[in-house]
Amino acid sequence: MSQTATKLVVERSPVFGASATQKLLAFASLVAMLIIFSLASPNFFQTQNMISIMLSTAVAGVLGIGVTFVIITGGIDLSIGTLMTFCAVISGVFITFWGLPWPLGVAAALATGALIGMLNGVLVAKLKIPSFIATLGMMLIAKGLSLVISGTKPIYFNDTEDYNLIATGSLIDLSGWVPDLVIPNAVLIFFAVALVSSFLLNKTVLGRYTFALGSNEEAVRLSGVNVDRWKIAIYGLAGAIVGIAGVIISSRLNSAQPAIGQGYELDAIAAAVIGGVSLSGGEGTILGTVIGAFIMSVLINGLRILSVPQEWQITVTGLIVIFAVYADILRRRKSV
Amino acid sequence: MNEVLLRMEGIQKSFPGVQALNNVKFEIHKGEVHALLGENGAGKSTLMKILAGVYIKDAGDIHFLGQPVEIHNPRAAQGLGIGIIHQELNLMQHLTAAQNVFIGREPKKWFGTVLDEKKLNAETQKLFDMLKLQLDPRVRVMDLVVAKQQMIEIVKALSHDSKLLIMDEPTAALNDAEIEELFRIIRHLKEQGVGIVYISHRMDEIKKIADRVTVMRDGTYIDTVRAADVELEQIITMMVGRQLDEMVRPEAKIASDQVLLEVRNLNRGRAIKNVSFQVRKGEILGFAGLMGAGRTEVARAVFGADPFETGEIFVAGQKVTIQQPQDAVKHGIGYLSEDRKRFGLAIGMDVETNVVLATLSRFCGFFGIVKTKGTRETADDFVTRLSIKTPSISQQVKFLSGGNQQKVIIAKWLCRNSEILIFDEPTRGIDVGAKFEIYKLLTRLAEEGKTVVMISSELPEVVRLCHRVLVMCEGRITGELAGNDITQENIMKLATARETVNT
Repeated sequence: MSQTATKLVVERSPVFGASATQKLLAFASLVAMLIIFSLASPNFFQTQNMISIMLSTAVAGVLGIGVTFVIITGGIDLSIGTLMTFCAVISGVFITFWGLPWPLGVAAALATGALIGMLNGVLVAKLKIPSFIATLGMMLIAKGLSLVISGTKPIYFNDTEDYNLIATGSLIDLSGWVPDLVIPNAVLIFFAVALVSSFLLNKTVLGRYTFALGSNEEAVRLSGVNVDRWKIAIYGLAGAIVGIAGVIISSRLNSAQPAIGQGYELDAIAAAVIGGVSLSGGEGTILGTVIGAFIMSVLINGLRILSVPQEWQITVTGLIVIFAVYADILRRRKSV
Repeated sequence: MNEVLLRMEGIQKSFPGVQALNNVKFEIHKGEVHALLGENGAGKSTLMKILAGVYIKDAGDIHFLGQPVEIHNPRAAQGLGIGIIHQELNLMQHLTAAQNVFIGREPKKWFGTVLDEKKLNAETQKLFDMLKLQLDPRVRVMDLVVAKQQMIEIVKALSHDSKLLIMDEPTAALNDAEIEELFRIIRHLKEQGVGIVYISHRMDEIKKIADRVTVMRDGTYIDTVRAADVELEQIITMMVGRQLDEMVRPEAKIASDQVLLEVRNLNRGRAIKNVSFQVRKGEILGFAGLMGAGRTEVARAVFGADPFETGEIFVAGQKVTIQQPQDAVKHGIGYLSEDRKRFGLAIGMDVETNVVLATLSRFCGFFGIVKTKGTRETADDFVTRLSIKTPSISQQVKFLSGGNQQKVIIAKWLCRNSEILIFDEPTRGIDVGAKFEIYKLLTRLAEEGKTVVMISSELPEVVRLCHRVLVMCEGRITGELAGNDITQENIMKLATARETVNT
């Protein structure tokens, strides 16, 4: 009996593991920010502003979720920003250029994202190109091809009104209860992506290998797992999620803008890192990344409402990223 | 229990430049614990990695349960029922115990789409219960002590229904109580008819657990004996081999009594435990011990490359603070790393640049312009003095032989006026002829009044070169040998002197 009494019981899993502290810290910062901005300006905590924050978080958040998978494997994906644009352009080609029904355009965007993502995976797994370089190259390729295919001009979705509603329409209209409380679909898609991704990451084999690869790739290989195949699958999944971001942004703008996209990848990576995803792999959660994405957009929104010039908004964002990662390093040092 | 489980014959394996295994044979019965012994680099791990499908043999036959088999990858080994517990633990620190045990074979539900975490934990619990292990399957591996991690490796190997289990230095990181626990499990497996290959440097364990012993040396098979019939001394002699030709040891008398470097009570966790020593001017002090004994850790701590918790360092009688390598260099300490290419040389640059690299500021004129005349003359001077074989000082060091690369590093530190030189495995990867050159050079440096600290796993060279030898085991200094007491047998005994107190 005494043996069972001494039995070691530690209820911890990668879901609520060591990054829980970081997530808690991130969540507390988010709440603190909301309170501070609410006190600083009466215009901040308004239903419309909250919805606008959620809307502006949707794209970076979805991208952040995509890149979270890759970062947990110990890699990085710099191509997500311009790949998002490329997917949007492909959607435009299907719908506007070829006049196909809009669901086909959406499917094409997702498939394109998955395909390019898998290509990234092949470069990293099979050709052994470091993910930083492989996806840097892919970032430029996607950017170039977007401009080539679109003829450097925006592709408008003026003939398909439904496409615009993907992001801007609303399945949940609560304005009957609370004035202005109309949650745009873009936000719903964002949350749906987060839920499904969280499921994939924590409940499926793909998720298990995502953590395992980032923790000790050699050990996974020696256990007889086909490491290359899973890596390609994970990069492919990240690409497909980027495709969803491509649909959201082109639907919101009612056009595929071939010149944008670059820079989004850094916001997405920053969101993941703020949310406790470890750049050295093996650790991270979808919820963390979502919180990280919200921190970034609440900060920008709040500073804008306080009439802080845009150049200072960018500077502060940079400081926050550095601070978040440093806090993470401090925490790690203590726990070792 | 006399049924032959595995037989390997005529195994050959070479790596670029090295014949790792030459005509090696090995045999193990069902339910046998068979110890595989040999010095570092004797080829034990290579042989076992061939068995586990990590390396592919060049030639030879493997028979498993009477059938000839080819093992091309880890999966094939698993399929046969061969499990290996690697020397360096191969676990995923971020995953739980159960997730590690079943990696690659996760139980699933909902038509194979979703992981069945419940079943995963239950199955692992069953395995733990079978071995009477007090462990929670849901605990993260990184939260466990090394001993428990080791147990998880064993459980993982067993979960493949292993008939043969290879344990490569399983006790390297365990304390006595934990070793007892491991032995209990080994005996349990023995009863089930599992064959166990047991690689260890710890002589005391062999008598306790092994049925038979096979000794390897320099990649060749030496002999197989019954553990009960043989004295430990005999095994050690087999491992070390013939007494090397009596080599002339440097004069025991050292010119100076001046203590140049003194370290007092150096400590860092499990790696360095209360290490103190002195080195005099003109002395060659050897650090012997097995891999992982803590020798390199001590050297790196003294050099400021790694932090230490407590301890004091004195240079020429003065207490000094060394927190980073540049502090050590300022006090005249040079460290020649065991990994020359990574830490010692700018491999793509020429001899001249490498020689003056640490001293560049001395050759700088206005606006940081390097005075090439000075650097050229200095480099030329050292090439002559150390007889570095290079077509010219503008030759890139990557084209030099290992021995000459080592000399370039020595030149770099001499150029920096280092009085204390710490050599970490100075002859690793250097061919025999060049080794003698390095030996001569080290002896000459000492004669010229430099203080030399040499870490080496090659016993013959320690015996040959050092005035005095400190032997380490598990982070402690287990003994000091001087003069005629410096023999390979004595060193081996001290190097395996494990702590007997229960910790």
